[in-house]
Amino acid sequence: MFQNPRRVFLLLFLLTILLVIVDLPEHYRLKFAVLGRTVDRIINPPMGLKTSLGLDLAGGSHVVLEADMNDIASSDRGNALESAKEVIERRVNFFGVAEPVVQTALGENSYRIIVELPGVSDVDRAIALIGQTALLDFREFTDPAQATAGAFTLPSLTNTKSVGITGRDLARAALSFSQQTGVPEVAIEFTSDGAKSFGDVTSRLVGKALPIFLDELPLTAPVVQTAITDGKAVITGNFTRESAKTLALQLNAGALPVPIRPIEQRTVEATLGAESVAKSIRAGVIGLGVVALFMILQYGRLGLIADAALVLYGLLAFGMFRILSITLTLPGIAGFLLSIGMAVDSNILIFERYKEELRSGKPWAIAIEQAFGKAWDSIRDANFTTIITSLILYNPGNWALLPSSGLVRGFAATLLIGVVISLFTGIIATRTYIRVFYKEKV
Amino acid sequence: MIRFSKYLWLYACISGLVLIPGIYSLIRFGLRASVDFSGGALVEYRMSKKVSSTQVKDVAASVGLTLISVQQSGQSAYILRMKQEENSKIPAFTAAIERVASMSATLVRSEVVGPVLGRELLTKAMFAAALAISAILLYVAWAFKNIRFGVAAVIALLHDLLVVLGSFSIFGYVFGVEVDTLFITAFLTTMSFSVHDTIVVFDRIREYLRRDRSRPFDEISDMALTETMNRSLTNSFTIVFMLVALILMGGETTKWFVVALLIGTISGTYSSPFVATPVLLLWHRWKK
Repeated sequence: MFQNPRRVFLLLFLLTILLVIVDLPEHYRLKFAVLGRTVDRIINPPMGLKTSLGLDLAGGSHVVLEADMNDIASSDRGNALESAKEVIERRVNFFGVAEPVVQTALGENSYRIIVELPGVSDVDRAIALIGQTALLDFREFTDPAQATAGAFTLPSLTNTKSVGITGRDLARAALSFSQQTGVPEVAIEFTSDGAKSFGDVTSRLVGKALPIFLDELPLTAPVVQTAITDGKAVITGNFTRESAKTLALQLNAGALPVPIRPIEQRTVEATLGAESVAKSIRAGVIGLGVVALFMILQYGRLGLIADAALVLYGLLAFGMFRILSITLTLPGIAGFLLSIGMAVDSNILIFERYKEELRSGKPWAIAIEQAFGKAWDSIRDANFTTIITSLILYNPGNWALLPSSGLVRGFAATLLIGVVISLFTGIIATRTYIRVFYKEKV
Repeated sequence: MIRFSKYLWLYACISGLVLIPGIYSLIRFGLRASVDFSGGALVEYRMSKKVSSTQVKDVAASVGLTLISVQQSGQSAYILRMKQEENSKIPAFTAAIERVASMSATLVRSEVVGPVLGRELLTKAMFAAALAISAILLYVAWAFKNIRFGVAAVIALLHDLLVVLGSFSIFGYVFGVEVDTLFITAFLTTMSFSVHDTIVVFDRIREYLRRDRSRPFDEISDMALTETMNRSLTNSFTIVFMLVALILMGGETTKWFVVALLIGTISGTYSSPFVATPVLLLWHRWKK
């Protein structure tokens, strides 16, 4: 079915329509009057697709925190970092940030947490909040009536008091499964000192709640079933595997407190970002216009066909950024604009070949087909090296030896997608357009 | 056909003219590292009215803020650089400058980078570059079934990288331009563009070599260069248009990044016929 250029053209045409829909502007108000009826509606891309902008464009704070693992046994370090991340995530959520990103980055002897807070420009306040060492506190209700299992009182700092057990007394917490029923639960283990005080507290509070607080906010409020003197307890409840794991990580954050300090912080005010977007778009449109005009001046009608392929290229690339949810950054936009230059290169190679084949006296229909065949070798090899470079820059395997900075990655992602798409539009689309529309006067 | 192979001395002169000042500047002045590499703090202010840079410096001194540099970045915007520890005095400075100049100053950008991270980024970037260069060398040698093509492409690539590094060393000395993460990106892109362009020329040489083994190599390369020259120029023009538009109209933040890309593109285009191909030619003559 791909033998018939008209069919391929039809497919390309359908693809173009699909892409126009995918690329629809976000929250764009359409208002016009037609045949006496007014149309007024907000346009949005389908299926919740949207262009995600990096912090340098949307505005926000990027903080890299380094965890100090000196006091933590090396076997526990991975766990401690995960716990610290969990705690930071919890704090960020209380901070009320839309779509925050919290991720860990392990290097050789470096334990880091990267926090991205879109829209937050007061980075010092954010760091003060998220950068604290986790504080775990076991508390009891001051009013014994509230402490029974049936009371359902929400524990808070005011209606509870500390029982004198903190994260320091906890050795570790882990996800485990009940021996009898197999449901997820959280096993906690105390240090020898902790076991002693925990034994005292639990014998005193049998049948009563023992809320556990993290960062002065309640985490969970298990009810003591029996006195536990061996320092090994389990918290049961309606846990899913995930929720039990989260609780274990949060408890661990108290058990393995890691001091964290910021080693990098970057903040961009939203207005500056919006300005960069506007400027880049304007520069891109003008640059693209000049390139399109230049192609027509150089190659006439063939240039027009290359421009049509370029439009498809732009639509396809932008749609891909949305579908693959590539985060656009300032260098990413530059990478995209650069790849436009590489996209027209395929066409230039083919058209120059075509001119040569014509000069050697071949009829145009044969010359153009041969031009595609002969130009392919150089297009393939040239683009392949760009693909290698962009893959190394993107560092998909997260290798510690290669850069994993968001800026470099943003650039590599758009360049890679751009080059791959340019192979499609520069060759398949251009060839189809030529086969369907182009005829040389004989 | 233009007898490109007759003027090897001319290409050597042109490359030398660009490379020697750059290398001299690299040795003498080096590159100016941004906070990304050296560690430190950077803040950018937008003022509601014009303030002179001496005034900015005076106000900084009055609150005990030691600045490394003050740079104007637009009509009434300033970029201040300082040591990492000085960062804590920023709020005091903001209040002071607003009071002294009676206007509002908005902190639009701030960056604080620890020194460890900078060194790490540099090693990683160098490793990425080395990896990419070896991959390119192997790929070209394999695609052209001859190690000479790979080596010549990589020599042209190193030439272009030196041109970019050298010019940024000079820009750093003259305009105070700093080398940052974005520059590293431009540097690595220059690599891929340089090879991209070289391969197009080499592809033509490969084609003629296959077609006619008896022809002298000089003639083959001259034919190849003559026929790819138009394409090389056209292609570079399109990229140059794009980049010039970005320099003139794009944001201040990416300006020098795009300049680096532009220099890389021009050098990358130049080096394919005038560095990579001559290397191939000389190697051929020497082997005979």
